[in-house]
Amino acid sequence: MSSNKTIPHSEAAAIFNKNEERVNWHDETLWFVREKRDKSAHQIPEWELLRETASQIKLNVLSNIHDYLVEFETNAQKNGIIVHWAANAEEHNVIVHSILEKNNIKQMVKSKSMLTEECHLNDYLTERGIDVIDSDLGERIVQLRNEPPSHIVLPAIHLKKEDVSETFHEHLGTEKGNIDPQYLTESARHHLRDVFLTRKAALTGVNFAVAETGEFVVCTNEGNADMGAHLADVHIACMGFEKLIPKREHLGVFLRLLARSATGQPITTFSSHFKKPREGKEIHVVIVDNGRSEQLGREEFRNSLKCIRCGACMNTCPVYRRSGGHSYHNAVAGPIGSILAPNLDMKKNADLPFASTLCGSCTNVCPVKIDIHDQLYKWRQVLVKEGYTPKAKTIAMKTMAAVLANPMVFEIVGKSGRFAMKNLPGLVNNKLNKWYDQREMPEVPEESFKEWYKKNSKSAKGKNDEQ
Amino acid sequence: MKAALFIPCYVDQFYPKAAIAAYELLQKLGCYVDFPMKQTCCGQPMANSGYQHLTEGCDANFIANFAGFDYIVCPSGSCVMHVKEHLHSDTNKELAAKLRSSVYELTEFITDILKIESIEGDFPFRVGMHQSCHGQRGLKLSQMSELNAPFFSKPGQLLTKIKGIDLVSLSRKDECCGFGGTFCVTEEAISVKMGQDRIKDHEKHHVDYITGVDMSCLMHLEGILKRQKSPIKTIHIAEILNTFKV
Repeated sequence: MSSNKTIPHSEAAAIFNKNEERVNWHDETLWFVREKRDKSAHQIPEWELLRETASQIKLNVLSNIHDYLVEFETNAQKNGIIVHWAANAEEHNVIVHSILEKNNIKQMVKSKSMLTEECHLNDYLTERGIDVIDSDLGERIVQLRNEPPSHIVLPAIHLKKEDVSETFHEHLGTEKGNIDPQYLTESARHHLRDVFLTRKAALTGVNFAVAETGEFVVCTNEGNADMGAHLADVHIACMGFEKLIPKREHLGVFLRLLARSATGQPITTFSSHFKKPREGKEIHVVIVDNGRSEQLGREEFRNSLKCIRCGACMNTCPVYRRSGGHSYHNAVAGPIGSILAPNLDMKKNADLPFASTLCGSCTNVCPVKIDIHDQLYKWRQVLVKEGYTPKAKTIAMKTMAAVLANPMVFEIVGKSGRFAMKNLPGLVNNKLNKWYDQREMPEVPEESFKEWYKKNSKSAKGKNDEQ
Repeated sequence: MKAALFIPCYVDQFYPKAAIAAYELLQKLGCYVDFPMKQTCCGQPMANSGYQHLTEGCDANFIANFAGFDYIVCPSGSCVMHVKEHLHSDTNKELAAKLRSSVYELTEFITDILKIESIEGDFPFRVGMHQSCHGQRGLKLSQMSELNAPFFSKPGQLLTKIKGIDLVSLSRKDECCGFGGTFCVTEEAISVKMGQDRIKDHEKHHVDYITGVDMSCLMHLEGILKRQKSPIKTIHIAEILNTFKV
């Protein structure tokens, strides 16, 4: 879903915060998932070693990406899979559309794929008369509401069952006001069952593509990817090129990490391997770059491509939990989205690396050890140098830097500032001061530490006497 | 042991009590403490806002003030982390590197360099410990809840023998308070919400005081507490430890 007008993160977050009860619910729900993740991760004695191993495997992939891609293509083709290459989102969309056109298919079922969100595939196909139905329950809910997902693993986490009930009543004809989760899920199930049975094409994402075997693995809890792919004549699987792993045995590392990090489950309900098409059917794999080569070329940011899209950094992020996924105006939200998005469009996403306190929790939960908070810091430096920060901020920072670099000026400014705060509190306690909106200013002390030290410490007294 | 005291600019200006406590405490623990008079700021406010390239002046001033010392001790995890990770000098790289490895947060200096395990002060109150992120995750002052690794806490350990103290266990042990430097005004809504939520956790455990190793987090929480007219007070850990009598 494309957003034409971008609301900066801070403004969108402020709007999200107007409904305190909902923010609390959103925060607590995601914190619950974070705690489940902790419990599950802490049950594995070798957890930290697993993370390190996964990180090393992915670093190896990124360093040898050309060879692994060629190996994967060769092996996939041997298996009878048709491999396509897309340099960008547009090419990706054209390829998917052409496969459907060639097979004269007007309706497609799609399981979760953040890549197709990144490429805005649904819009592209809909404009060309193709009917696309998302089969992941969360994605179906947001699709019916004409909204993008707000979380990569839990697409409708910003909604409550009351919202879902309204949406299903409007679009699927469920009973008005019935908020029973079992009833609502059952209704979605019947609706999707019909979709699965009638679609001739199914699109899925790819969690892992194995270079050694030319197969790919799709992980879901609902089995919707399998249902779609097994019933359709044409299976299209779309992947960013970083989804590669060298060997099948490496799944033993990644499958243990993925679901534990994502939801605290030991493993996803379905981890389906697709290797070759059945008789008379087709499997297509579309391998997409869309800015990834550029990110690979940015030394400080390349390891963001290790990401396996578990969403743990979102669940743990105190800012994400209180601002909601839509405030990030990018297909991938949260901390990982904030280090991926500026690579795609620096101007549009210049606010995102600043939507963080740099608390570092994201880096600690990341199953492939991406230094997320350090990259947020580094993106800030890049964005300022490229001129994407407000001029007023630059002027303020330059003034601040000048004052703080000069001890004498600092002392004078400090002293007069404290004097003003004490005697003219209206100067700072006003609407222009964002601190003061919901917080009191610190109380002004009689003297600074330096002033106290001059009077009270023996060594300083001695020095003062000498001067 | 000779140590230079590095007092963050805003602590110097607004929280001299925390600085005095750190100064007196180090002396009581047997250190000869010097306070270089021309120090200002480590440069972190600019650097975290993306203006690290404007911090050369601060870096040069920091180096000029602290060049002669083997140990630089500071009652703020955040400022220490900034110096450790970002202090640089184009003209004297070696000296900058030496200072980067000589700077310590107050509680880690006490446990790791002075090798003191606990301090016998007196603070008969119910206290919640706020784990400031830069101290905790940046300097590894205590174990982080995300990791599958053994528990430890340098500041927590120092408080164990304080007489009368009742340290509570929070529901969310190390959630960020939302201060975040300029984040506290550029993302005001989230910053305040995070602070309010942190306070609720302490309130739920009926604390009299919230303490921590970073005055900046405490300043933010204090601002919210005062606006809410809450009876809960904030206090820097140095002030609790300084109740220790020689």
